[in-house]
Amino acid sequence: MKIAHDSPVVHQKGSAEARPASHHPQDRKTPCTSLSGLPIADRYTQEDLKDWDPERDLGLPGDFPYTRGIHPTMYRSRLWTMRQFAGFGTAHDTNARFKYLLGQGQTGLSVAFDMPTLMGLDSDDPQALGEVGYCGVAVSSLEDMATLFDGIPLDRVSVSMTINGPAAVIFAMYLTLAERQGIPLNRLNGTLQNDILKEYIAQKEWLFPPAPHMRLITDTIGYCSEHVPKWHPISISGYHIREAGSTAVQELAFTLYDGLTYVEAAVQAGLPIDAFAPQLSFFFNSHNDFFEEIAKFRAARRLWAQEMKDRYHPNNPRSLQLRCHAQTAGCSLMAQQPMNNVVRTTLQALAAVLGGTQSLHTNSMDETLSLPTQEAVTLALRTQQIIAHESGVTNTVDPLAGSYFIEHLTNRMEEGAREYFRKLDAMGGMLAAIERGFPQREILEASQHYQEEIDRKERIIVGVNEYVESEQYAIPTLRIGKEVEQYQRERLRSFRAKRDPKKVTEALHEIQWFAQSGENLLPHLMHAVKAKATLGEMCGALKGVFGTYREPVVL
Amino acid sequence: MTTATTPIRVLIGKVGLDGHDRGVKLVARALRDSGVEVIYTGLHQTPEQVVNIAIQEDVNAIGLSIHSGAHTSLFPRVLELLKTHHAEDIAVFGGGIIPSDDVGPLMETGVRALFPPGTSMSRIVEFVKGLPR
Repeated sequence: MKIAHDSPVVHQKGSAEARPASHHPQDRKTPCTSLSGLPIADRYTQEDLKDWDPERDLGLPGDFPYTRGIHPTMYRSRLWTMRQFAGFGTAHDTNARFKYLLGQGQTGLSVAFDMPTLMGLDSDDPQALGEVGYCGVAVSSLEDMATLFDGIPLDRVSVSMTINGPAAVIFAMYLTLAERQGIPLNRLNGTLQNDILKEYIAQKEWLFPPAPHMRLITDTIGYCSEHVPKWHPISISGYHIREAGSTAVQELAFTLYDGLTYVEAAVQAGLPIDAFAPQLSFFFNSHNDFFEEIAKFRAARRLWAQEMKDRYHPNNPRSLQLRCHAQTAGCSLMAQQPMNNVVRTTLQALAAVLGGTQSLHTNSMDETLSLPTQEAVTLALRTQQIIAHESGVTNTVDPLAGSYFIEHLTNRMEEGAREYFRKLDAMGGMLAAIERGFPQREILEASQHYQEEIDRKERIIVGVNEYVESEQYAIPTLRIGKEVEQYQRERLRSFRAKRDPKKVTEALHEIQWFAQSGENLLPHLMHAVKAKATLGEMCGALKGVFGTYREPVVL
Repeated sequence: MTTATTPIRVLIGKVGLDGHDRGVKLVARALRDSGVEVIYTGLHQTPEQVVNIAIQEDVNAIGLSIHSGAHTSLFPRVLELLKTHHAEDIAVFGGGIIPSDDVGPLMETGVRALFPPGTSMSRIVEFVKGLPR
């Protein structure tokens, strides 16, 4: 195999995690291992929880180590936030979808940006050709941001923005818009994804090398700590790691280790732990293996609380609590018999709820084919509402606590994650591990193993390798017209024509100056937004100082 | 001049801005493991870069993975560039998130095969091995 260009090939061998042999069921061929390859016994008893101390390892809901949830009463007091990730076409199109979703009982917004925006490029950049408005909404300027939230009071709706490479710039646009709406920044509530480590590991959308990206993240965390105290400046994400093919254990391990890396960077930058740790948030995948997923959420809370306590000794208990968003697994959706996806999503959503998530996105059945239609996204939202109001699972907190199986799996998840922690420590931390291609290779090995199990029919995927039907089901899909790109170009041209070019140039120079000085960049990015610099111009100015990045290709 | 005994050479790549490389890496590995010579481009390639590498490396086929919705622009652009370089003998195939309505029109422009999510690796290997050399 040959890697084109000059990308160094990473030759390091995968750390062949011993994959336990499956038990030998007498009557069925199904592997008795979890989706992550953990062996599953035919029954669990107190023998499996010998070293388990319920007082130490479980506690009460709302108490350390938060295994049972971060709030004492969880969904009895307040349901999770139902937050469907949405964005397509122009800012007008997405604004209309937002208003529709809020009208249907959705309780928070979540913005999906298009690929050029995610890469810090304006809609009229040559590299944006053919991609404008396809995977999400195009936002190149303050004007686009204003249209996106037109008629939506930013102090009354919590807004999540899935943006990473150019997160600080997009956030500067959002803050500037809030100021323009007359809303004090300390009343804003929402989340910026802003997690670059998982980009290098899995999602692969970065702008700069790791060090300047880490600095932009600590700048955002520092700015929020001082000025936007109700905002989550980062959403430390396992979702994309899992989508790239990892196991549940790898998702848990790499995500929490990333989290500790950000905390250490912020502490090194001089921030007191309790000034920012209560604002951190997490984002997990909820995949097919029902009990394993529930155990993962519970293990995540316990592991985070213990690590934060041992390493940083915070005074505020909120610094120990792992808050999270969850999304059902996009990679589990199948193009074959797409209506089956509704059932998959229901089970995954139920696992996230039983796992104690704070907010949830349920995928639409058509998302393996295109962005969702309004009908499909409504059904996905209704799925959450049915779980919340009809199933009865919200009546008591952490109903599975004390189950031999669940507690055993929770322990196994934590042990597996701690084993990875030790390996990553030995490599000198996550940035060094990424440069060596370690997490990338572990994920690739796991994804190949999973694919081979499916190809050999050791794992059955209904409608794909079993119960296959020759008839193709056609479901409606959303079409994005080519006119979106043309419209965006025109809009950007008139936006640029109406500004003072001298002010823009000065503001971009200011960004470059402070990028070099090391001072917090957020106020200067906001100044450039007010001078009407575009996303691409600001990211371009930063690239001039920070440089760009080429990944070590792992195959 | 190649003969039937020469191993088949395939460029596997990601064009456009999207970073979803799980599928493309699995395909690259499956082809490699079955004896195909694979040249992997890495992420974020332009159609021009892909076609230039394909010609330099003298490949039999180009396999592209696109998850961003840009397939209706990127596949035709690659085919057009191959034509400009008189390299239409290089077969183009692909996969990713491609709505079934787009498959027919893309095949008409000259794409040889499009594999939807859920395709087994053996089907892709079989297709590549069956390509004329």
